[in-house]
Amino acid sequence: MKTIAGIILLVAAPATSNPMIVEAPSTWRSLSRAARFNPLASVGIVFIAIFVAFALLAPWIAPYDPAFIDLPHRLAPPSTHHWFGTDELGRDILSRIIFGARISMLVGASVVTGSLLIGLLIGSLAGYYGGRVDRFVNVILMNAFLSFPGFLLAIAFVAFVGPGIFNLILALVIGGWVGYARLVRAQVLAVREREFVEAARALGASDLRILVRHILPNMIQPVIVQGAIGMAGAILAEATMSFLGLGVPPPTASWGTMLNDGRSHLFDSPHLVIFPALAVMFAVLSFNFLGDALRDYLDPRARIEAGL
Amino acid sequence: MALVEVRKLTKIYAAGGMLARGSGFRAVDDVSLDIHAGETLGLVGESGSGKTTLGRLILRLIEPTSGTVIFDGRDVLSGSRGELRQLRRQMQIIFQDPFGSLDPRMRVEEIVTEPLRIHGLNGSPGRLPYVDVSPSTPHAGQERRRSRYRSTAAQLMKAVGLEESALRRYPHEFSGGQRQRIGIARALALRPKFIVADEPVSALDVSVGAQIVNLLKDLQRDFGLTYLFISHSMPVVRYLSTRIAVMNRGKIVEIGSTEEITERPQQEYTKKLLAATPELEVAR
Repeated sequence: MKTIAGIILLVAAPATSNPMIVEAPSTWRSLSRAARFNPLASVGIVFIAIFVAFALLAPWIAPYDPAFIDLPHRLAPPSTHHWFGTDELGRDILSRIIFGARISMLVGASVVTGSLLIGLLIGSLAGYYGGRVDRFVNVILMNAFLSFPGFLLAIAFVAFVGPGIFNLILALVIGGWVGYARLVRAQVLAVREREFVEAARALGASDLRILVRHILPNMIQPVIVQGAIGMAGAILAEATMSFLGLGVPPPTASWGTMLNDGRSHLFDSPHLVIFPALAVMFAVLSFNFLGDALRDYLDPRARIEAGL
Repeated sequence: MALVEVRKLTKIYAAGGMLARGSGFRAVDDVSLDIHAGETLGLVGESGSGKTTLGRLILRLIEPTSGTVIFDGRDVLSGSRGELRQLRRQMQIIFQDPFGSLDPRMRVEEIVTEPLRIHGLNGSPGRLPYVDVSPSTPHAGQERRRSRYRSTAAQLMKAVGLEESALRRYPHEFSGGQRQRIGIARALALRPKFIVADEPVSALDVSVGAQIVNLLKDLQRDFGLTYLFISHSMPVVRYLSTRIAVMNRGKIVEIGSTEEITERPQQEYTKKLLAATPELEVAR
């Protein structure tokens, strides 16, 4: 009679586990190594920290009241009294930039949060349920929004309902959610097919549980990266809208409004434009750096190459 | 009465592409079989023969085109959501891919106790094989419930031969065989009667796979399990199964006791399958 080697192996093999467990480096250590590997990320994070501090602590940091009008010292160039000079009404530009960070951060964070939430909801419904839901959401809703430039939509919306910070945020969310929804949908489609999702279904988990506990945590990383880069876009959009007079109404300091105010003095007092422009530039750049760094950090392949 | 009765089960995938020729692809074609309590029914066949689809259909992870599945006297396919949820406690699945079947973002403890959370069960206080899990009392303290989960998780680890310290780790920290053990622990958490083992060892090294097969055998004895063991490997199926069903192109071509199938195969396909299995003749 034939004997099968496989069976001998099966019987002979003892049912013990071997503790061959690989230790991953701690989060903090791998983060600090990541920072050394990508110095731009550190620059970005430092600038973001500064802008956030500006936004939170503006009344205590700013040397002057940002709305205080001092006509005798109007259009003063940068000096020890006014580091960034004064504008055409004698207001301190440094103080206005510090207060302007509030608007930028507030609008940026609100727009990203709002777009992200809507995008997550709609994108995951379309991706998870597929079929007719997906066809409606993806083909009709998303394509309709994508066929309009988001910015045009925002301008039209504000022109319709009137300027103001809340309307501005709403306008930018209306133009911004589609990008997140598309990304989320694609991610959910990919994760939905993985076996641990089927395992959860076999256990009798509800759709909500599968989405929230299994799919979401496994697809959120690229969405976070998109959010960081979206923050830069939202700050830029806020400045642009304010520049066009469709943003925050005048007495409030906003970088975009400041750029618009300084336009007429571009040649005789360029500091009116240079400093708020630099503020916008650094804010946008920092968030882009952060987004890039996050993408590299969260991509395991890039991480292995960098030895993190 | 059989634990699982499958009658005229059919799954047709809608025609798409040029090869389908209008009629659709019959992944599982008019399959009827019984699985008796306590036995291991081995399901063999080549790739694409519909073995995996059949396993998924029985658990209703895929909706069939037609046919019925009766589990323990209850209709799996017509049950409501709530009934299906209750049925899911009785029947579980072990997957082929030990890397894809565990959520990489969950700790092992969360993975193996998730079934209890889903069904709102307290962990069983005593030794696992003998104590039934009872519905949680509404006043059970959060802390007490957590420690119950922990002790259940520890028992599950012990049952599948893993260290208790594994509970705090993530799946990627384990080897394939260890991950497969975690997947088995999760399947056992609800104390099911019936487990579909879908090629549980074919992704593993031979020696590691042998350990898993032995573990499955031990668990069957300790927990009184019934298996549908899907595999393309004749030696593994022969070792573990009491009966074997041979599948080809969506149909069961032959079904019988392990001895009948391996020693006296009737169908040409079964003979071919047996001949195709690499075997080493060992000198007597």
